[in-house]
Amino acid sequence: MAAIARPREAGSREAGPRASGSRGSYPFWRWVILIVAGVYFLVPLFAALRFAGITAFGSVISETGFTSSLGLSVRLAIVTTLVTIALMLPTGVYVHLRLPKLRRLLEGITILLIVIPPVVLIVGVLQIAPNFLKSTPYLLALEYVILAMPFAYRAIDAGLRALDLKTVVEASNSLGAGWISTLWRVVLPNLRTAVLSAVVLTVALVLGEFTMASLALFQTFPVWIVVNDQTSGQVSVAASLLALFVTWVFLLAITMIGTRQARRTGGGQVTLFVVARQETRGD
Amino acid sequence: MTLTLRWLRRIAGIVPFAVYVTLGLLLPMVAVAVGAFTDNSGNFTFSNISDATHGVYLHGFWQSIILSVVTAILPGIFGLLIAYAVFTAKRGTILRQAIVTASGVFANFGGVPLAFLFVATLGASGLATRWLADIGFNPYDHGFNLYSLIGVIVVYFYFQVPLMVLVILPALEGLRPAWREAAQNLGARSWDYWRFVGGPVLLPSFLGCVLLLFGSALSAYATAEALTSGTIPLTSIQIGSFLNGNVIAGQENVGKALGLGMVVIIAIAMVIYVALQRRAARWLR
Repeated sequence: MAAIARPREAGSREAGPRASGSRGSYPFWRWVILIVAGVYFLVPLFAALRFAGITAFGSVISETGFTSSLGLSVRLAIVTTLVTIALMLPTGVYVHLRLPKLRRLLEGITILLIVIPPVVLIVGVLQIAPNFLKSTPYLLALEYVILAMPFAYRAIDAGLRALDLKTVVEASNSLGAGWISTLWRVVLPNLRTAVLSAVVLTVALVLGEFTMASLALFQTFPVWIVVNDQTSGQVSVAASLLALFVTWVFLLAITMIGTRQARRTGGGQVTLFVVARQETRGD
Repeated sequence: MTLTLRWLRRIAGIVPFAVYVTLGLLLPMVAVAVGAFTDNSGNFTFSNISDATHGVYLHGFWQSIILSVVTAILPGIFGLLIAYAVFTAKRGTILRQAIVTASGVFANFGGVPLAFLFVATLGASGLATRWLADIGFNPYDHGFNLYSLIGVIVVYFYFQVPLMVLVILPALEGLRPAWREAAQNLGARSWDYWRFVGGPVLLPSFLGCVLLLFGSALSAYATAEALTSGTIPLTSIQIGSFLNGNVIAGQENVGKALGLGMVVIIAIAMVIYVALQRRAARWLR
């Protein structure tokens, strides 16, 4: 979900929030809110750690099915990412250059994709997919591309907005570069942060996806966690925590890299959902 | 003639995208819609729709809608409060950074791991359950059950609240300081400002975000499935059970009718969402 928040145009967020003059200290109610939220969000993590115990983490790896299911999830993540980027990057560039009027439409389509329930989508997919596709787990990868599109498109779109694409492409063309070479050697390096965040969001999505995988009867990592729960609850909780931490490290890394790059270039600030443009700094 | 040709050439660049969306999304959804009106031998029928809107399936829709409304409105309000606390914190402080990043991480976090986290926390022998029991308030003695609707609601908060923080923050940041100053110069107190300026400007965005949360809760499947092993009567779970094969013979297409119903509800929510976004865009740009 998410990614709805619009990247905000540059310049409009000038002063930012201010504590409206006099009130310097942080009022009481805010601390109450933040503490309640902190307790609600942290206690389950703590409880899961306690429940799993240290030893369960060690035995996760040796559990039957761990390697094969994780392997499958990783392969699906790689395929999904490659297809998503190969599809969305040229589309995004093309729309920005040639069909700017279609940008709104594309944005609308991607919002639509966010709200399509995966459980309904997989019903339809299993209904119409030809048999050779239904027998391979890569059917999932093809559908994950659909689920990942909104995030990928928004990330790439925001990156393109921060770039003077037209000038860059014209310069490249007049120096004699063809389309492929322009895309690969000029546009892509300029969109490194945007593409990186699209990749990370896609990978996180694929590694965590349960609905479609379980209903299409493929044992990806999240499906394995649930199946394995019947034999060992502790190991399942430990595996959940591991999956979480790996995803979090991924997501944190992307925000950090993005913010650092933004500071250097004054380009775009990467948050997980919006790659918002910041006003160019005065330096 | 040449005009169409030129148009076709212009459009050529988005053909791969269009084909992919058609094959991967449009066709399956059409298949669901068609299936909802077909019986097992391929004839047109309304019986699937009628089955889907009666008895246990109607109950499923109601439960789903109650769940979605509750987990849209309460996290909506709570998320708004958190976002406001973040918004009034000074830009660039560690607290603000931490909350925005954490929201991004938590909003992305649903599904299976979340269910297991809560089993360890609020399950019958979970950590928080034992803490509460120690101070004399065992939630299981007061009608709480993690594997029922109320339990699923509590768990959904975990990704709905951060999602709200993320989607409402840009709207809050669109409130210009100048408006507040102008109101103050005209003698407005804080309440007057929120009643006549801030509130009305924010309302469409707020409602839009709540609708988004509604859609998110309605289509969620993994968390509830992993938590209750598919025993809770929610529409998404019921649709899934048709694929798992737990159905009476001859009713296979009722699952598609349920899917169609779900899409229709979400479509209505999204139409209102778009209208609200448009209204919000008048002020927040």
